[in-house]
Amino acid sequence: MHTNFSKSMANNFARILSGKRNVGIMSLVGAGSLTAAFLLNREHVTAGAQVRRVYPASADYPDLRKHNNCMASHLTPAIYAKLVDKATPNGYTLDQAIQTGVDNPGHPFIKTVGMVAGDEESYEVFADLLDPVIKERHNGYDPQTMTHPTDLDSSKLKSGKFDERYVLSSRVRTGRSIRGLSLPPACTRAERREVEKVVVDALAGLKGDLAGTYYSLTHMTDQEQQQLIDDHFLFDKPVSPLLTCSGMARDWPDARGIWHNNTKTFLIWINEEDHTRVISMEKGGNMKRVFDRFCTGLKEVERLIQEKGWEFMWNERLGYILTCPSNLGTGLRAGVHVNLPKLSKDPRFTKILDNLRLQKRGTGGVDTAAVGSTFDISNLDRLGQSEVQLVQTVVDGVNYLIECEKKLEKGQDIKIPPPVRK
Amino acid sequence: MHLSIAGGLPCRMCVLLFSNDKMAKLTIKRLSPEEEFPDLSQHNNHMAKVLTQDMYTKLRDRATPNGFTIDGVIQTGIDNPGHPFIMTVGCVAGDEETYEVFKELLDPIIEDRHGGYKPTDKHKTDLNPDNLKGGDDLDPNYVISSRVRTGRSIRGFCLPPHCSRGERRGVEKMSVEALDSLSGDLKGKYYALKNMTDAEQQQLIDDHFLFDKPVSPLLLASGMARDWPDGRGIWHNDTKTFLVWVNEEDHLRVISMQKGGNMKEVFNRFCTGLTKIETLFKDKGTSFMWNEHLGYVLTCPSNLGTGLRAGVHVKIPNMSKHAKFEEVLKRLRLQKRGTGGVDTAAVGGTFDISNADRLGFSEVELVQMVVDGVKLLVEMEKKLEKGQSIDDLMPAQK
Repeated sequence: MHTNFSKSMANNFARILSGKRNVGIMSLVGAGSLTAAFLLNREHVTAGAQVRRVYPASADYPDLRKHNNCMASHLTPAIYAKLVDKATPNGYTLDQAIQTGVDNPGHPFIKTVGMVAGDEESYEVFADLLDPVIKERHNGYDPQTMTHPTDLDSSKLKSGKFDERYVLSSRVRTGRSIRGLSLPPACTRAERREVEKVVVDALAGLKGDLAGTYYSLTHMTDQEQQQLIDDHFLFDKPVSPLLTCSGMARDWPDARGIWHNNTKTFLIWINEEDHTRVISMEKGGNMKRVFDRFCTGLKEVERLIQEKGWEFMWNERLGYILTCPSNLGTGLRAGVHVNLPKLSKDPRFTKILDNLRLQKRGTGGVDTAAVGSTFDISNLDRLGQSEVQLVQTVVDGVNYLIECEKKLEKGQDIKIPPPVRK
Repeated sequence: MHLSIAGGLPCRMCVLLFSNDKMAKLTIKRLSPEEEFPDLSQHNNHMAKVLTQDMYTKLRDRATPNGFTIDGVIQTGIDNPGHPFIMTVGCVAGDEETYEVFKELLDPIIEDRHGGYKPTDKHKTDLNPDNLKGGDDLDPNYVISSRVRTGRSIRGFCLPPHCSRGERRGVEKMSVEALDSLSGDLKGKYYALKNMTDAEQQQLIDDHFLFDKPVSPLLLASGMARDWPDGRGIWHNDTKTFLVWVNEEDHLRVISMQKGGNMKEVFNRFCTGLTKIETLFKDKGTSFMWNEHLGYVLTCPSNLGTGLRAGVHVKIPNMSKHAKFEEVLKRLRLQKRGTGGVDTAAVGGTFDISNADRLGFSEVELVQMVVDGVKLLVEMEKKLEKGQSIDDLMPAQK
């Protein structure tokens, strides 16, 4: 049964008040009956539902003069005025989407994104702001004209086994969102619990080396908690104001949890910054096997949720839809912990990484400094390249870095490689 | 509700209905009330004690005319389960109408928090400082400083958890206009947080006037720190004895303070200043949020009524170690805090002693309790210094 929502009914939407919590409210004429579940036509989604406001847009326009983030760079008063009267079908508003960027002016050297999506439709209703933000963040990718390639066929990966005298561990992560349920900044408690239920049900169907157990944050025993900490699996309530200001930490720890397989090489976070974060990892340098398991696991989970009538948020323009625009496309970060004592001290290190389209982080993750000479090296890009292409970039790049290290060990000179793309 | 449609894709809708009345009626919002009900099994706060499934089911169909919902009211209480020893309130108001629209939840919380105050009780407001007896002679060898604070909300604007940037700026503009027209010993200056120079900031820190972006999760989880520091600022008079915070936890926090033990003078200035500010707002066609049941309406239900905390920093090293200290405070209807404010410990026997009540007593009555109570504590301290007993000084329960 498929109900089309007519234009005239859409025009009867009236009197939506904009507030600060999840309020963007539509009134349905004649809605004496309980639920009316229906599909909105695409054009109605893009047009957005009408929001009635108390103040004109100019009175509410944020003061962004001290701000340095992608949202602040692109939110002109004109765009604000155009979009602030709209809400997604779930009632999510522009003010909610940009709150994190208003509250976190940013850093002169690090440009954060400064906005989030509250649901899949945010990317359409607020496209006038999100498209330029996406373009800036993803190196000129234009969602209006380009399509994103998805490729989870890990057999295409060439030579993914690193020299383990240098590479200590290998990891691939991504995120997935469940279509039909709002994203963490906007979801209600029941929606969050539904995400947990859907995903945990699916994970219970995994077999073989993927079979595992779910640990709900609310019901974990002290012993389980300690084990998860020792395994470096446990995630905690976010403290970064970049995350908390978006509303994604509400109701913590309700419906949050960690699932991992028995061999501790495939791990899923539920309801942290995204509906799910999927991580494949191993000690050592066998990125091929890590990526194989990643792709197999993801496809299996997708198959299992589809059996129950669910699917992942995905479209041709933006690939996999996640909370933060920086994670669109593949949402993929493939990386290694690698020891590069000589290369990391070479003044050309940063330029080499840039040309290889790689980034370095400390081994504590983003925002940490490297300890000794062990670095976390991973792909810079997320959108516009497929999973296979990005992991190949990491494989080729890390192999090149190791070659440089070996040359420096022998007293030989190294070369800055030509840029991989663009 | 879950409808399967062609393609097997489940679909849920958010459908709500508004009316013209003071209370808007909502129909279905997201999923069922049972599925949405928060898990409060680990919680110890007033909201968690009172909120049942039935109450939630009923209240979630409503919104205030400004669109504030039950989920907005209780979010801070869900996110902050509380402490086994300290009972926090666990909810906030997003606008004046919150206290009416969600009265089934808030009335019992108010009753529990404010010593049995009933939904039918009336609160008396008395800001006539002439009604205060004494208070000008607290011994300055013991009483280091005296302070009275309260809060005020401007009718017609949403409160900090729910206000838009435009509303917050409106509150700031209106407040600064009113404050700028004060004269005499109340004449002063406004320092907007976002325009402050480094020198001004340092001076305000040295004066212990500067307030910072809140870090307490109790406050942050309510949404009151959004858009910081937009629309926030500090106003104080030239003599630094009358201070107003704009758009922190409440629209306005008004503070009168000075060194020494002359609480009468502090309270005089407090009442005069407040009355003048209120007159200025009335001239502009608005007023403070007030009603005869709840008195002055503020963001946190714990600050209803007078919103008043009158206190001193007092040196009572002997008294504070006495076995009966807590009992004495209880009988005097006073509470102790460290000199860093709420949640701090006392340093070297110097305590912040203030009234425990806010609602159900007038401003004059509360300040009288502090004046009389502190006088007694100092007497007791002096006796203990001399090694004498304080048994014959034990007060009756007020």
